[in-house]
Amino acid sequence: MSVDRATVRRIARLARLAITDEEEARLEQELSFILDWVAQLDEVDTGAVEPMTRVAAMTMKMRQDEVTDGFCADDILKNAPQVDDAYFVVPKIVE
Amino acid sequence: MSKLTELTIAEAREGLREKSFSSRELTQAHVDAVEAANDALNAFVLPTPERALDMAKASDARRKKGEAGALEGIPLGVKDLFCTRDVRTTACSHILDRFTPTYESTVTANLWAQGAVMLGKLNNDEFAMGSSNETSYYGPVVNPWRRKGSSAKLVPGGSSGGSSAAVAARLCMGATATDTGGSIRQPAAVTGTVGIKPTYGRCSRFGIVAFASSLDQAGPIARTVQDAAILLQTMASHDPRDTTSVDLPVPDYEAAVGQGVKGLTIGIPKEYRVPGMAPEIEALWQRGVAWLKSAGAKIKDVSLPHTKYALPSYYIVAPAEASSNLARYDGVRYGLRAKGADVISMYENTRAEGFGPEVKRRILIGTYVLSAGYYDAYYLKAQKVRTLIKRDFDTAFEAVDAILTPTTPGPAFALGEKSGDPVEMYLNDIFTVTVNMAGLPGMSIPAGLSSEGTPLGLQLIGKPFDEETLFRVGRVLEEAAGPLAKPHDWWSKAA
Repeated sequence: MSVDRATVRRIARLARLAITDEEEARLEQELSFILDWVAQLDEVDTGAVEPMTRVAAMTMKMRQDEVTDGFCADDILKNAPQVDDAYFVVPKIVE
Repeated sequence: MSKLTELTIAEAREGLREKSFSSRELTQAHVDAVEAANDALNAFVLPTPERALDMAKASDARRKKGEAGALEGIPLGVKDLFCTRDVRTTACSHILDRFTPTYESTVTANLWAQGAVMLGKLNNDEFAMGSSNETSYYGPVVNPWRRKGSSAKLVPGGSSGGSSAAVAARLCMGATATDTGGSIRQPAAVTGTVGIKPTYGRCSRFGIVAFASSLDQAGPIARTVQDAAILLQTMASHDPRDTTSVDLPVPDYEAAVGQGVKGLTIGIPKEYRVPGMAPEIEALWQRGVAWLKSAGAKIKDVSLPHTKYALPSYYIVAPAEASSNLARYDGVRYGLRAKGADVISMYENTRAEGFGPEVKRRILIGTYVLSAGYYDAYYLKAQKVRTLIKRDFDTAFEAVDAILTPTTPGPAFALGEKSGDPVEMYLNDIFTVTVNMAGLPGMSIPAGLSSEGTPLGLQLIGKPFDEETLFRVGRVLEEAAGPLAKPHDWWSKAA
């Protein structure tokens, strides 16, 4: 097995994903299977190969450093689950 | 006059121009078709009939004033991955099922600017993660095609399964779709429709719900090669809001259709002859070769030695990018929010409740391969393999103008048949995923029927930004294959 249950728990925590014990057991199997399957890449000699950073050879364009958008707080808040005035509301963080 | 829903976009454009019918009539015919079919096919997650008829009315008014655009009055469906202003956009995920964008994706904005009419939002796999449309929060789409003598429900492919099914069933004249590993071409192949994923950068990604940003690309699904050319013409554009969209003029794709293949050399990659390939897929491929040969193309064997590594490297790169992109769904700014004792458990519960099993699986794989200690072994390794895959194509394209392969390893399978084993499902994309890894354009063309009586497709792969050659070759294949039989209408309920 590539991953054990402790690893599943750790990455679920990193990914901010609550998982049940049942899911944890299933994911241990599934993730191990997928990771064992992708391990076939070890056969490929990539010693002198550069990693791909972009598919098309083009340089990223710079735009003018100017304000082109804004004053749309209502739009931004429109889909928020909980707002107060022009703020997003989250559970209390600082005691 | 034939039934309005049977027309191609090119034919409807002509009919509208000659005032044989109005956009209002054309749109009403499609609105009725959607209404009659949607219970059975589940292709639309949100039909927008009133909006469609309003847009059609406005289109007729524009035409009257002599202001008709390139797609004036043509009713289309939109994959629910494209943000549409004031129209719910969910990516078919529970986490977004109350999301109504306040902005429009560039691709759809381009369509409306040219007069197209929106019939509604089309079903897809949740966040476009799937090859059968079975991961949608709104339930699977059913393929209008059935096996001979069977009424078993078949999948329409994925992730653009609503797009492919709706186009095949004549519910819309064409549809937008997106393709990260085959999500335009594979559904097109198994529904007998034409789908093109253009070169990475050809269409703007602005306003499209992101899955894997270095692989995602929008494109059309239509019923003919010419219709696909007409749609891509309008969908493609340079957009300053997507820094990866290219600042290149969009060629006249429709003009390329019909230019024939004389003088072109088509490559046949031996590595696509995978172990256990169905004899009928091999036969289909050989038939495609023969068609192109007799139309005057030269055929040449090419080698793409890293083909077998494309799928495993894709299943590192795509989940890695997805885990990063989907970090934004945190229950704060938009979408679902679940309760939690503190802010961390609110995030964790929201994401647990909001995402389906396939999305969770990919987020976790992606988080794992990007985590400290594993980044080099997985992500960096996969990006290096990606360079080798791209290099294979660069070498092949020194000798050939386009490459011909099957689109899928087999015809449409039944609902539930492959959903038990993730890797088995992933293997559906074995012929399509290389194209995304290298950022190339790829197109699927209906090429015949399987022994089960369901459609099969051939795939063409082109040089970067050379979609024109795909339209040329695609048209020749389409012509040689002849008009595909139509799926028998079992899905429409009586009006």
